[in-house]
Amino acid sequence: MSFLNVSNITSCYEEKKAVDNVSFAIDEGDYLCIIGENGSGKSTLMKIILGLIKADIGKIEFSNNKRPQIGYLPQQTNVAKDFPANVGEVVLSGCINKRRHLLFYNKAERMLAMENMQKLNILDLKNKSYNELSFGQQRRALIARALCAADKLIVLDEPMNGLDAITTKELYELIENLNRGGMTVIMISHDLDNVLSYANKVLYMDSKLVFFGEKEGYLKTSYKLTNSKYCVEVNNAI
Amino acid sequence: MPFELIPVYLKFTFIWRAIIVGLLTSLCAGLIGVNLVLKRYSMIGDGLSHVGFGILAITVVIGLPPLQTAIPIILIVAFLLLRLRENSKTKGDAAIALISVSALAIGVTTFSLTSGMNSDMSNYMFGSILTLTESDLYVCIVTSTIVLLVYVLFYAKNFALTFDSDFAKASGVRVDLYNLFTALMTALIVVVGMRMMGAMLISGLIIFPPLTAIRLFKSYKMVAIASGVLSTICFIIGILASFVLSTPVGASVIITNLCVFCLCLIIGYMKILIKKHNRRLRM
Repeated sequence: MSFLNVSNITSCYEEKKAVDNVSFAIDEGDYLCIIGENGSGKSTLMKIILGLIKADIGKIEFSNNKRPQIGYLPQQTNVAKDFPANVGEVVLSGCINKRRHLLFYNKAERMLAMENMQKLNILDLKNKSYNELSFGQQRRALIARALCAADKLIVLDEPMNGLDAITTKELYELIENLNRGGMTVIMISHDLDNVLSYANKVLYMDSKLVFFGEKEGYLKTSYKLTNSKYCVEVNNAI
Repeated sequence: MPFELIPVYLKFTFIWRAIIVGLLTSLCAGLIGVNLVLKRYSMIGDGLSHVGFGILAITVVIGLPPLQTAIPIILIVAFLLLRLRENSKTKGDAAIALISVSALAIGVTTFSLTSGMNSDMSNYMFGSILTLTESDLYVCIVTSTIVLLVYVLFYAKNFALTFDSDFAKASGVRVDLYNLFTALMTALIVVVGMRMMGAMLISGLIIFPPLTAIRLFKSYKMVAIASGVLSTICFIIGILASFVLSTPVGASVIITNLCVFCLCLIIGYMKILIKKHNRRLRM
């Protein structure tokens, strides 16, 4: 059985079908990129996979019927402006799924949080207030948190939003390394140019599933994002 | 001012009872309050205290033991209020206000139909240390121990889901369950603290300390600790002031909290001004 099996998912948002009968399956170690225009139901599909929204029809199955520990990077968080939390606390909270037995975090989890802060170059911000950071720094903290939580699967909703070119490149390399180490990656992205050089599978949706398959297959098809900018990028990639 | 009254007061057992109940309640309220305020649940605390007043009024009239009867009922109400809030955000707010004023009206009417608008009612509305019995003390010790234990055990989960409930949910934390726990703990604190602080004032004990602590510290852990500590300190100052000035305990404690809050607000602004000034100097 495949690692993640998505079958016949339909989800409505006020009469409109945000996700319309989408089915696909990925294996362990896959790097799936979900693409589509704004409002094509990408984030909704992702939230259904994560269990944040219940689908109206269809089901999500993980191999062995056991939900893996998932690292999730939301597209945006609505953290209150005066929320008192420093970067260390935010990143450490990614270890929450390892806390089966309540109480506080242990040494191994603290080390993991430190490592991931190091990876994203935010170790020196450890004691800074989360709300006083720039947007890019906040994103990096949230990515570090997702890395703490990820065991076999990491789910990223437009991870490169608001990051500078250098960080973006570093992050792509970081994710590629994780993927080589066996981590399954699901990513929503508009940055086709880059993503297509890393991902091995592509899912293109417009509420309905337009294309799902190997990256090579996608590049040969005529299903291209209609947005002219992306068309150019795809053509360049080919 | 008659400061020499303080040692005289401290000779009475009922005063010590009040101090123990007050300290435990303030500590719990300060800690739980951080989550309530950050989750935008402050209204639930207020609503619960009014509902508690209504329930206590009825128990007094029927002649049931007030706390023991009120606790299970108010736990159910807490659960319902949480549901209301989750279902629809704007209507939920209005619904909580409706329930809270209705309970208040029912309580006042019950009092006036039976014993009349007497000191009993005033005690429940604005609190009185004289109403605390020995069994109240035991109920308070048990409930605050439960609340403190739950708080410490769920500290990590509470932070994760208060900060970002979507992430917590995706990580497999049962968010609904922990929200329910928070509402239930609030209900316990509200009922226990109401006898002394009064139904009208108890929510201040939950809201003030965290708001003050947020002004002072930047990390969640420090805010939680500071909120608990501030809450107990304000209680001690408040109750001593009430002895000296012969004012109601509840109101004195809230006024102390208000003063400390204003002080922290001013300190906060001063800090910003000094920072700006220093930056200008550097330029």
